[in-house]
Amino acid sequence: MSEKNQALTNQQLLDMFYYMLLARRSDERMWLLNRSGKIPFVVSCQGQEAMQVASSFALVKGTDYTAPYYRDVGVVLTMGMTVKELFLQAFAKAEDPNSGGRQMPGHFGHRKLNMLSGSSPVTTQVPHAVGMALALKMKQQPAISFVTLGEGSSNQGDFHEGLNFASVHDLPVIVMVENNQYAISCGIEQQVNCAKISDRALGYGIHGETVDGNDPVAVYTAVKQARERALNGEGPSLIEAVGYRLTPHSSDDNDLTYRTKEEVDEAKEKDGLITFRQQLKKQGILTDELEASYEAKIKTLIDEATTYADEAPYADEATLFDGVYHQ
Amino acid sequence: MTVMSYIEAINRAMKEEMRRDDDVFLLGEDVGKRGGVFRASEGLYEEFGQTRVIDTPLAESAIVGVGIGASMYGMKPIAEIQFVDFILPAVNQIVSEAAKMRYRSNNDWSCPITIRAPYGGGVHGALYHSQSLEALFASQPGLKIVMPSSPKDALGLLKAAIRDPDPVLYLEHKKAYRLLKEEIPDEEVVIEIGKANTVREGADLTVITYGLCVEFSKKAAEKLAAQGHTVELLDLRTVYPLDEQAIIEAAKKTGKVLLITEDNKEGSIISEVSAIIGEHCLFDLDAPIFRLAAPNVPAMPYAPPLEKAFMVSEDKVYEKMLEVAQY
Repeated sequence: MSEKNQALTNQQLLDMFYYMLLARRSDERMWLLNRSGKIPFVVSCQGQEAMQVASSFALVKGTDYTAPYYRDVGVVLTMGMTVKELFLQAFAKAEDPNSGGRQMPGHFGHRKLNMLSGSSPVTTQVPHAVGMALALKMKQQPAISFVTLGEGSSNQGDFHEGLNFASVHDLPVIVMVENNQYAISCGIEQQVNCAKISDRALGYGIHGETVDGNDPVAVYTAVKQARERALNGEGPSLIEAVGYRLTPHSSDDNDLTYRTKEEVDEAKEKDGLITFRQQLKKQGILTDELEASYEAKIKTLIDEATTYADEAPYADEATLFDGVYHQ
Repeated sequence: MTVMSYIEAINRAMKEEMRRDDDVFLLGEDVGKRGGVFRASEGLYEEFGQTRVIDTPLAESAIVGVGIGASMYGMKPIAEIQFVDFILPAVNQIVSEAAKMRYRSNNDWSCPITIRAPYGGGVHGALYHSQSLEALFASQPGLKIVMPSSPKDALGLLKAAIRDPDPVLYLEHKKAYRLLKEEIPDEEVVIEIGKANTVREGADLTVITYGLCVEFSKKAAEKLAAQGHTVELLDLRTVYPLDEQAIIEAAKKTGKVLLITEDNKEGSIISEVSAIIGEHCLFDLDAPIFRLAAPNVPAMPYAPPLEKAFMVSEDKVYEKMLEVAQY
């Protein structure tokens, strides 16, 4: 765990651990539901919970805007999406606040939570977050926008166009690349030829920084400082959080066709959830009893959410035409 | 009443809407100090300042994508693409994002953005400064496309587009900018999107068109009247979604239909108009449906004889009208 602890209290550290655990257990349940034929698709957050939860903890709920990408279970739960809502979207039910079951799972969006709606073509959310930051600046709001994407997505034109625009206009936006080493089957060496994704910040004239994505305190500190710079009119930041995708790309992928079990097992030892737990225990912040109570609480929440979402109705056929245009 | 050119009407629409609503702002290349390469935004920078008249980096996807993000905050951006020929890098943002935002979020989010772009030929603009690209966008439910044919329509439709709660692609004919002038009321003019306009009533043939071809058709219809044939002229105004009812009524009225577009013939707006008439008016027709359009070559060449051969003109419209009238 990083020494750069920006005055996080023990309770905040525990809260971060709780949300990381909640994201992991929710994700694991979705795989079970997928493999038992209950839901057709899962796209996973496993291995990225530390960076997702820690970055979101550095934001202000109800004030800041987020544009999460499809792996961000940790972001959406931390920003206020309930477990029930998460499972409603996994089951594509009418009550799902993200899309009412219209989009595949992992396509988040929740206006009440200031969470922009996302799509499947990657990186389109970067200009949206920049536009949101432009509006916040125009309206002189003390808020920022926060957007995430994968390292493969950092090759898209929208990444470059968005960051350049944000830099030219000094906009309050934080772009966090969740570098999980894989763009489906293609490793980082097939995606970029620079040492770090954050090196690209130099070309935009903005702050760039790479942090250990398995270290929640390091991620929290980087995002917290980026938020302060953004609010001070110092413009955007590019943060690269380096982690590892512990699951296949999605429930339709077989990752052992392009990487070895040994490589995945090695990454599991560095898994932020595990190392953070060890650290908190070593420091006496997390006890076995407390962890067991978290696990029990989370299991109950997920069981209830699963049952509720499973039994919830799908959208009625008659709603097919709703929301094409304003009505 | 004041005599105004087509481009002056566009300028007036933006000015009036920016005075009326602080959330309206303009972004694009050269729209600020320069007032637009065609001078459409002349005087706006001076009146509203650089925070509401924003010169952007040269990157179309960001112009639209940043506009979308700002519109999700509740702003009413007018994103100017300098020539419609350069809109293609922004297609993902327009089609995957703006057009689908309301639907994919189940009415949670929306994009009240207006995207303005000059189109059309006859200005020695060659392949990449002359195109009509409306058909590319005309099968995207969620998006609206308006194409004004006169200064008054340019004013009223742009004001309606800016106020519209959904994304509107506003295509303005660059040859019409200074060619067309007319008296416009000094009072507010707002023209409803989605409704076609009967420009001229007649009994012998029906012409359905839009954009600059309406002007060609008006003049040709006057000449044809001298030959004893009267023309029912319908201006689509909104080319997507189409005003089916007006199209059906206009086709049934005379039983002879000529459809005109400046775009390439195949897969054009008038192809869809033809299909609507085919579906609804078969037993009311006294002649096959005729189409006058640009030939199916990639785009308009630069050399004057080739440009003339490509472009629909008043003479070509007159000849075709006569042919249909005498069928």
